Amino acid sequence: MPEIPEELLRRSAEAKAKALGLPVEQVLAEMRGEAPVAEVPAESVDVPRPTFVPSPPPPSVPEIPPEPQPPDPASAPPPAITAVAETPPAAAEGPAPAVEEPAPAAPEVPDNGAGNGRLAATVSVRPSVPPAGVPEGVRHQRLLTVVKARAIQQVKADPTDKVNTWPHLMIAEFTALLAMTAFLLVLSTILQAPLLEAANFNATPNPSKAPWYFLGLQEMLSYFDPQIAGVTVPTVIGIVGFMMIPYIDRNPSTRPSDRKLAIMLFTIFLAGSATLTILGVLFRGPGFNFAYPWVDGVFFDDLKDWVDFGGH
Amino acid sequence: MSSRNGIHGLLTKARTHATDMMGRMWSGQFMDSMLRPGSPFKKGYTDTPRNRSYVIMNNVLYHLHPVKVKRHGVKLSYTLCLGGLSFFLFILLTVTGIFLMFYYAPTAERAYIDVQALSTDIAFGSLMRNMHRWGAHLMVLTVFLHMSRVFYHGAYKPPREFNWVVGVILLLLTLLLSFTGYLLPWDQLALWAVTVGTNMAGFVPVIGAQVKFALLGGVEVTAGTLLRWYVLHVLFLPFIIVIFLAVHFWRVRKDGGISGPL
Repeated sequence: MPEIPEELLRRSAEAKAKALGLPVEQVLAEMRGEAPVAEVPAESVDVPRPTFVPSPPPPSVPEIPPEPQPPDPASAPPPAITAVAETPPAAAEGPAPAVEEPAPAAPEVPDNGAGNGRLAATVSVRPSVPPAGVPEGVRHQRLLTVVKARAIQQVKADPTDKVNTWPHLMIAEFTALLAMTAFLLVLSTILQAPLLEAANFNATPNPSKAPWYFLGLQEMLSYFDPQIAGVTVPTVIGIVGFMMIPYIDRNPSTRPSDRKLAIMLFTIFLAGSATLTILGVLFRGPGFNFAYPWVDGVFFDDLKDWVDFGGH
Repeated sequence: MSSRNGIHGLLTKARTHATDMMGRMWSGQFMDSMLRPGSPFKKGYTDTPRNRSYVIMNNVLYHLHPVKVKRHGVKLSYTLCLGGLSFFLFILLTVTGIFLMFYYAPTAERAYIDVQALSTDIAFGSLMRNMHRWGAHLMVLTVFLHMSRVFYHGAYKPPREFNWVVGVILLLLTLLLSFTGYLLPWDQLALWAVTVGTNMAGFVPVIGAQVKFALLGGVEVTAGTLLRWYVLHVLFLPFIIVIFLAVHFWRVRKDGGISGPL
């Protein structure tokens, strides 16, 4: 017979006492087998320790006051029976069905606030004799706990307007994929990727420009101290700041009218980075000085073939 | 006589067997085993709601898409397909990149000549290189636009906060992939763009010099940098980005699919 640790037994007894409205000490004594249990079957009285063997159905399930029905039945699914234990046949070997599971679902399932405040009913079942008149070998089922369906897993999905992924979404995706392939093929046929002279460490081109997505930064470097523009701004704001957005913006609404500040700030960021990038790509010439692309030409090799306004 | 008969018989048997096998393959068993129930390529596919579910559910696509999606999410105007296109561009870049790898050696002596040959001599070399370069620029753009789209929809709000973080990491990895690829042609454009870019990294406070040294494998761009960035570009960064992509896509589904309408 397995020994049940003292603290488990105690916790179990407390939960059971709470469920049945009995004093803890009494229940504990019952569970230890020190005190007679009211309905313990005769052959199990001499069993000193509780066992893990599920006990047969109780003669009386503890009273659970019926909950008032919520006004909206859709929002509150009926309690789901989540655990049903089968009792072994009466002829099962081992000690007779004895006392109680070591720790019946004791902690109350917290109401997660999504529901309507109905309590999750957690039922501890009193150990008992099999009811008379049940033939040998018949399996019984016993209700272990009643848990509000929503508490563990949302069983019933909220009704939403859905369509089949196939064909509705897949067709759209496939079309987008084909369009992108076609676009890229045409682009790559028309425009040659730049290839200048071989790398030469002794000949610095003027101007020297970073790839376009870093040109906004390079542009900022020409206004601010590098410690600010080159590093602090992009790493702190760019990386950490962007990752933090969901944790800074506590506004739960997604309606544009509710998030004017967020949208404004992001739009300023977008417009700012676009302006800086365009300035860096098109309007910077030799010495990274300002130049007009329509006068001096485009000083960005990836773009020369795209928009050659003449010049150079 | 008997040996000829034996060989003849064996051949006949083998031929019968082969024909039989081919017949079975194409007449059903092979196709049946390849296509799972509900595939639209299967014989006798009918357009029923049940089969529409099976197309996704019995398919590797089930890793990416649920059987049903919200109706508004299908509208092109909602997502503009930007996330999907970013992923598709990543695949295109992988395919074209593998092609380029056959003809490219990341050494200071070979790199430039190889890229020149790709642009002029090798069949489809120019097309593949152009697609790789323009596709890379386009991917940076689509990833950035995807982020903007997600922001304007407020789609980063709970329960999708963490997926936004993963998305920012993916944007960063995309930039790094593009930047490491920028050096590989080993021409003046590559060399000096990378010099300017890594100089900016040198401005990082406290560890700037170390970061720059680790990036370049020295104090300035050298042939060692070329090899280092090549390995980062074709192995390390794709490996990392695929992991984050998997998490990103998985979280999209686990966080409740596409975000709600405005």
